[in-house]
Amino acid sequence: MALIDATDLSRTFVVRRKDAGRRSLRRRREEVHAVHGVTFSVEPGEMVGYIGPNGAGKSTTIKMLTGILVPTGGRLTVAGVEPSRHRTELARRIGVVFGQRTTLWWDLPLRDSFELLQKIYAIEPARYRENLDAFVTLLELGDLLDTPVRQLSLGQRMRGDITAALLHDPEVLYLDEPTIGLDVVSKGRLREFLRTLNAERGTTLLLTTHDLQDIEALCDRVIVIDHGTLAYDGTLAGLHGRGGSMRTLVVDLVDEAPAISVPGASVRRVEGPRQWLSFPADASAAPVVAAVAASYAVADLSIQEPDIEDVIRELYSRS
Amino acid sequence: MADASVVRAAPRQYAWIALMWIRAALAYPASFWTLTVAGAIITGLDFVGIAIMFTTIDTLGDFGLREIALLYGATGVALGLADMAIGSVEQIGHHVRTGSLDTMLTRPVPLLVQVCADRFALRRLGRISQSAVVLAWAAVPIDWTPARVAVTLMMLVAGLGIFFAFFVAFSCIQFWTADASELANAFTYGGNTMTQYPLTVFPREVVLSLTFLLPVAFVNWYPSLYVLGREDPFGMPSWFAFLSPAVALALLALAALAWRTGVRHYTSTGS
Amino acid sequence: MLYVAVATRTFRRYSTYVGATVAGIFTNSVFGVIYSFAYLALWDQRPDAGGYDGSDAVTYVWIGQALLMTVAVWGGGTTDDLAERIRTGDVAIDLYRPVGMMGWYLAGDLGRAAYHLLTRGIGPTVLAWLLFDQFDFPGSVQAALGFVLSLVLAVVTSFAIRWLVACSAFWLLDQSGLRMMAGALALFFSGMALPLVIFPEPWRTIALALPWASYLQTPADIWLGKREGLDLLAALAQQGVWIAVLLGLGQLVLRSATRKVVVQGG
Repeated sequence: MALIDATDLSRTFVVRRKDAGRRSLRRRREEVHAVHGVTFSVEPGEMVGYIGPNGAGKSTTIKMLTGILVPTGGRLTVAGVEPSRHRTELARRIGVVFGQRTTLWWDLPLRDSFELLQKIYAIEPARYRENLDAFVTLLELGDLLDTPVRQLSLGQRMRGDITAALLHDPEVLYLDEPTIGLDVVSKGRLREFLRTLNAERGTTLLLTTHDLQDIEALCDRVIVIDHGTLAYDGTLAGLHGRGGSMRTLVVDLVDEAPAISVPGASVRRVEGPRQWLSFPADASAAPVVAAVAASYAVADLSIQEPDIEDVIRELYSRS
Repeated sequence: MADASVVRAAPRQYAWIALMWIRAALAYPASFWTLTVAGAIITGLDFVGIAIMFTTIDTLGDFGLREIALLYGATGVALGLADMAIGSVEQIGHHVRTGSLDTMLTRPVPLLVQVCADRFALRRLGRISQSAVVLAWAAVPIDWTPARVAVTLMMLVAGLGIFFAFFVAFSCIQFWTADASELANAFTYGGNTMTQYPLTVFPREVVLSLTFLLPVAFVNWYPSLYVLGREDPFGMPSWFAFLSPAVALALLALAALAWRTGVRHYTSTGS
Repeated sequence: MLYVAVATRTFRRYSTYVGATVAGIFTNSVFGVIYSFAYLALWDQRPDAGGYDGSDAVTYVWIGQALLMTVAVWGGGTTDDLAERIRTGDVAIDLYRPVGMMGWYLAGDLGRAAYHLLTRGIGPTVLAWLLFDQFDFPGSVQAALGFVLSLVLAVVTSFAIRWLVACSAFWLLDQSGLRMMAGALALFFSGMALPLVIFPEPWRTIALALPWASYLQTPADIWLGKREGLDLLAALAQQGVWIAVLLGLGQLVLRSATRKVVVQGG
């Protein structure tokens, strides 16, 4: 059975806006469809990237998945129960990490926060010690356990938050922008940890992110949401095809030359002896390379894979 | 929702969170003790103010200083205990604004327990003990009977319940307007200040509203009249003295309703 | 001018919290009503206590509620920002600003006071005027002008004391205890808890000589016409002397704090 099952999930907000047209103080009620008829399911052990531009409905979805927000339409079950009805019960089976704010107690040392969580989640003492040891080692938190949370750097705090979300062995971990504001090294370490977590414990991961490298490093599957509706659900590779994305052949000629003309590719840019040719991502590069080499004196060749950011931008602009 | 096991677990969960905050506060003993003593002094000066009034007068609203001390001590202990136990509920608006309410909603502990136990402040014992001292001083000349002892204890418990309900109910407004935390003060601290004086200083209409509309008069006024052996100056029936627990229960029920409505509003609008 | 800009900015910052302001006006008014009746009961017993009559007493209560936030009796205002910046170390930036640091914070605090006067000062006052026949406005132009002047001096006095408390954060890890103590002292000796004029001697004389009398008792007495002519000037002069002393002390404390920050790096 699927761990997360959303059918036609919708969430409408009623907002009151000042009427712009008329000079009156009367406010107009307006319905905003933050999430509109979204259907997807996630199997245990999957790592899913949930992406979309700002205001697309990502956070609204996470709030519904955790039971904080009641859906206005459709059906949603997580681990077999309806989140908003069984929020407290479900809380023991899920972990949540909000990248922009900490779930830890600001003025307390990490260790105190963790000990309190052990009691709150009724984690068996042996299991708690085992988990704490494991995460403290993996996330290199050993020296920080007695530091109050407010004195931790963003990266350290994030590691503390992730530990806090995992101590009770949740079946699914929601991560809302987990790498936001982190430096490159911290990001890398965090991704490595999440991969290990998924591989060793089978924890299902659902993460929203702006950093597409997170997706490339972690997720086999991407769900793209835009303007509240599902724009894509499938593999990362498939997304490239869907987006009509192009690969780029960078050609260094021996001498400067006018724009290269070969079938199946077009020149996008010329700079001295170097030229950039783009061709469809799902087509083979071989015929293009052969055609170029046959007609021109080539010093060097290289192929650039399509940039996922471009792909998604393309997808948004079409939907 | 509120099934038996959740209710049974709540006091224990509350104690865990509160204990953690107590430990954190005691890690800085100097700070803890200054705040505790300062709290006692601040409320103590309140009473000094009333005592100074009595250097120019013998009675205020036909009540002597000792009698007023009973009113003052009873309402002070009740408010102090409620404030220590659940005063943090006033921070709801802050939790809404910072998003920490969302975090609390993802934990397997009732939201009210988490909000109330958050930043549990043991230092409020300062104010409570100050009120208790005044209460003890007021108790000296009273002709104690078992019934009066019982009514006094009932008064303190019911007073705690009434302020408890006020704290929760009026803080719920912040689910709608997050920055209105001070509004609750008008009813909690305001109710406390109001009941420090004999209600005879107020016009009859005010006393009627404090009895039937916003029943703070049951925190200390009616039980105290019984303990002091005085007739009701406004001609209310003498059995009002025993009504305080019922009033407290009714208000607690209303507060629970307000809380549920507030949480439902939050989870259905996310703001 | 720079200081005007600073004051305006602080005014605007405070004016974004509409809900808090409305809630605050309501709370001030509730306390105003309670104290009015309590004082009326007192003056009913002793109609000339402290040289006031019942009408003076009620007016005094409402002036107190109007000034509670304006003068920041409890603490708060830009000095709280200062304490926070000392705690986080951001104060180093303030120290290197080319303008006087104290003037900077004072200008901000005056902006805050202006906002609180216009909202939490005027709100309860209008209510008092509607609810209590006994409430009176100043009886003469001299009293009204004197009150305004005295009020400005009150805010500056309060600022100077709060400044000293905030600066303790340079030496203390946690100044919240001291801040609370200072608030308690101010509450009592300003006359907020009880008019200083009905204190028994010698407390009355002592309390009237302390700087906290500036917060409420002095402006209120001017409003009520208890201090007129030369006596009014003497009242303002006393406020002025305390301001000179306290701001001077504040400057000294700041200088030694600066040395500490420069030498020890915070």
